[in-house]
Amino acid sequence: MSVSVLIPSQLTAYTDGATRLAAAGATVGEVLDDLDARFPGLRFRVVDEQDRVRRHMRIFVGRRETRTTGVSVADGDEVLIFGALSGG
Amino acid sequence: MTDDIQLLIGTRKGAWTLRSDAARKTWSVEGPLFLGQIINHFVVDPRDGRTMLMAASTGHLGPTILRSTDGGKTWAEARQPPAFSKDDPHGRTVHHTFWLEPGHADEPGVWWAGVSPQALFRSADQGDTWEGVAGLNEHPKVLDWFPPMDGGTPDGPMVAGIVIDPRGARHMYLATPTAGVLETTDQGATWAPLNENVRCDYLPDPYPEYGQDAHQIALAPTNPDRLWQQNHCGIYRLDRPARRWDRIGDNMPREVGDIGFSIVPHPRCAETAWVFPMDGTEVWPRVSPGGKPAVYRTRDGGASWERQDKGFPREQGWFTVKRQAMCGDGRDPFGLYLGTTGGEVWMSGDEGESFRQIAAHLPEIYSVVAAPLP
Repeated sequence: MSVSVLIPSQLTAYTDGATRLAAAGATVGEVLDDLDARFPGLRFRVVDEQDRVRRHMRIFVGRRETRTTGVSVADGDEVLIFGALSGG
Repeated sequence: MTDDIQLLIGTRKGAWTLRSDAARKTWSVEGPLFLGQIINHFVVDPRDGRTMLMAASTGHLGPTILRSTDGGKTWAEARQPPAFSKDDPHGRTVHHTFWLEPGHADEPGVWWAGVSPQALFRSADQGDTWEGVAGLNEHPKVLDWFPPMDGGTPDGPMVAGIVIDPRGARHMYLATPTAGVLETTDQGATWAPLNENVRCDYLPDPYPEYGQDAHQIALAPTNPDRLWQQNHCGIYRLDRPARRWDRIGDNMPREVGDIGFSIVPHPRCAETAWVFPMDGTEVWPRVSPGGKPAVYRTRDGGASWERQDKGFPREQGWFTVKRQAMCGDGRDPFGLYLGTTGGEVWMSGDEGESFRQIAAHLPEIYSVVAAPLP
């Protein structure tokens, strides 16, 4: 599967400034693995070691939010990663 | 190494470096590094003077370790930051690394990391990859020593300090907020509490085996059998092989008390140490008592304390100095430094006789480390 991934500003230090990337995988986890292979360290800053999306990160497949990485993605899907933090 | 000196400042919003020459009269402020990252600790390896590690996280992103092997000229992320195993029986995840400790002089390349939730990690490659220390992290009593909880300062209970006996790498102490001081004599394979006579004002049994909140511990460099402790409930001293701590904070002035976060031993005199008292009355404001900042120095092992406040604000100075934000530089005369949560850095170049502000307007300061410039 090939998907389009929206990269938030918090992660552009990993992606050489890119905010939109193509990635491969059948699940959100595999998409993140693909990104991590190209941009080492990115995955762990979005998902913890128990495969849970970090508290102040949000991942959507299209308009459906997921807090886990096992959710399937389809060819052509859009995966959106956001940083969402309140306070100072 | 040169005679020049640097202060490595970790803040809630990035890292800064203050630099001076051997005279320590004028300081330049350089930075920020990693603006917006929460830097809990920023440490240089005294064994090579060039390897630097930062414990970093952000409000959004997970925790990591940032590394430099050229004295801070270039930085890269650790390939494998501290993380629990995926099959961790307690489902733990590292929230942030709090304390970074270069290993024993006999073990170049070894570093230790204390994290939140409370756990210990070890690196054998200058901080590039990290492994959990099973003897602590999987100890049968780990959930008794480190009960799962939210909150704390800052942002959760953490291993608040790591001390290595300079006489042997196998002997280490940890400072923790829920098990007090823990000791190992086999480099982390086994651990035991070391809290006799250390008070817990907040538990039904005020002198339990564990449950104490050790804010910071330090060895006297010239007598590694002497252990200083600034605890949540007072200032203590222990002379090994004894196991019973003495509350030397009882000798502090009553109106000041013996509550604080930091304790700094003198590099050449085992009888001398400094603390920065903070208000532990009523709702525990943890600011300078009465709004009058001062350090207190003992020169007799804690039998007596003298106030040192020359140069600090005489009134309306509500300083909070966190546990990693007070340090010395080892020089002669000894330089003493403290960073406040209000973003000010103060120093004394005369062993506490007088202080002056050398930086202001920084973000909330979490850590201050003095080191020679490479």
